Amino acid sequence: MRKSIIILFFLSTLTGIFYSCQTAERIQQDAYYVNGRDLYIKHCQNCHGANGEGLGELAPPLTDTVYLKQNKAQLACFIKNGLSAPVTVHGKVYEGKMPDLNMADIDLAQVIVYITNSFGNKQGMYSTEQIAADLKKCK
Amino acid sequence: MKHLYSAACALLVSSALFLTSCKEDKKLPVYGLRETKTIKNADGSAGVDTIYQTIPAFKLLNQDSVYITNDQFKGKIYIADFFFTSCTSICPIMHRNLKTIYDKFQDNPDVLFLSHTIDFKYDTPSVLKKYAKKLGVDGPKWQFVYGPKDTIYTLAEKSYLVAVMQDSTNRDGYVHQGFLVLIDKDKKIRGAYDGTNPEQVAQLMKDIPILLAEDHKADKK
Repeated sequence: MRKSIIILFFLSTLTGIFYSCQTAERIQQDAYYVNGRDLYIKHCQNCHGANGEGLGELAPPLTDTVYLKQNKAQLACFIKNGLSAPVTVHGKVYEGKMPDLNMADIDLAQVIVYITNSFGNKQGMYSTEQIAADLKKCK
Repeated sequence: MKHLYSAACALLVSSALFLTSCKEDKKLPVYGLRETKTIKNADGSAGVDTIYQTIPAFKLLNQDSVYITNDQFKGKIYIADFFFTSCTSICPIMHRNLKTIYDKFQDNPDVLFLSHTIDFKYDTPSVLKKYAKKLGVDGPKWQFVYGPKDTIYTLAEKSYLVAVMQDSTNRDGYVHQGFLVLIDKDKKIRGAYDGTNPEQVAQLMKDIPILLAEDHKADKK
């Protein structure tokens, strides 16, 4: 009886540690998400809309989860350097020019965490280190 | 007690009357400079009349490369604004909001829209046409017009009372106010609403039917 109580206690401590670890990562992601939302409102919302719906054929929506997943490594480049090549989102071609916003890596990470976890997207964390690596590969 | 009752009744009736009369008389203010003019009344006595500021005659190229003038807006109310197609700051949100109003009044032939570009270098009619199409606007209800710098800038500042200017220090090269200006049938300014502010845009949406009703009443007289 006593043995089983000790085992139970041990197990619950283990799961507690496991979950608190996950929470720490989750907390960082949430912090990025919240800061990213402020950046989104300031820099992106004008054209892409409060719900990521885009603006007519002038600005593409951010609700195409497949596009955002496939081009995740390019997102930092688009935001930092702007984009003038046409993009195909939801099967529609958008030709408008996106201005270069020239943000710092940490801001890029935060705004991308917000975008890729809103409007139906659910891609999780995106670290500043990853941004730096992806920016080196910009076309 | 009986007196009190009848007094309460009278108060109720009068306040109801007061409220409804207010509603009927709701009118939008008239903006801009005004002058007075001495006139002769019908009975020969002298009187004073008010001359309100109006939008002067204009002739500008639209998105179809056709000249349009005030005649286009004869007997209509319209909403005017100033923008440019490569603007990345306030124009997208202004036109997102204006598009909502456009969609709402799409079937009302008495409400028109007029957007002036302040980018006289780049925004030629063909650029405007492409922009309108991408915004989802087609047809003559919403005009996008192009004109020489002097014409457009004077029209903005002197007639529609919207500040516009070229600014080499700004990323986009131009700065301007985001007002949506409501013009009545007599070319008078009846309202100016910040096109980037959702509350003011909602107010504009409410004021359009009031202005339309006012014009209908004037017709009956």
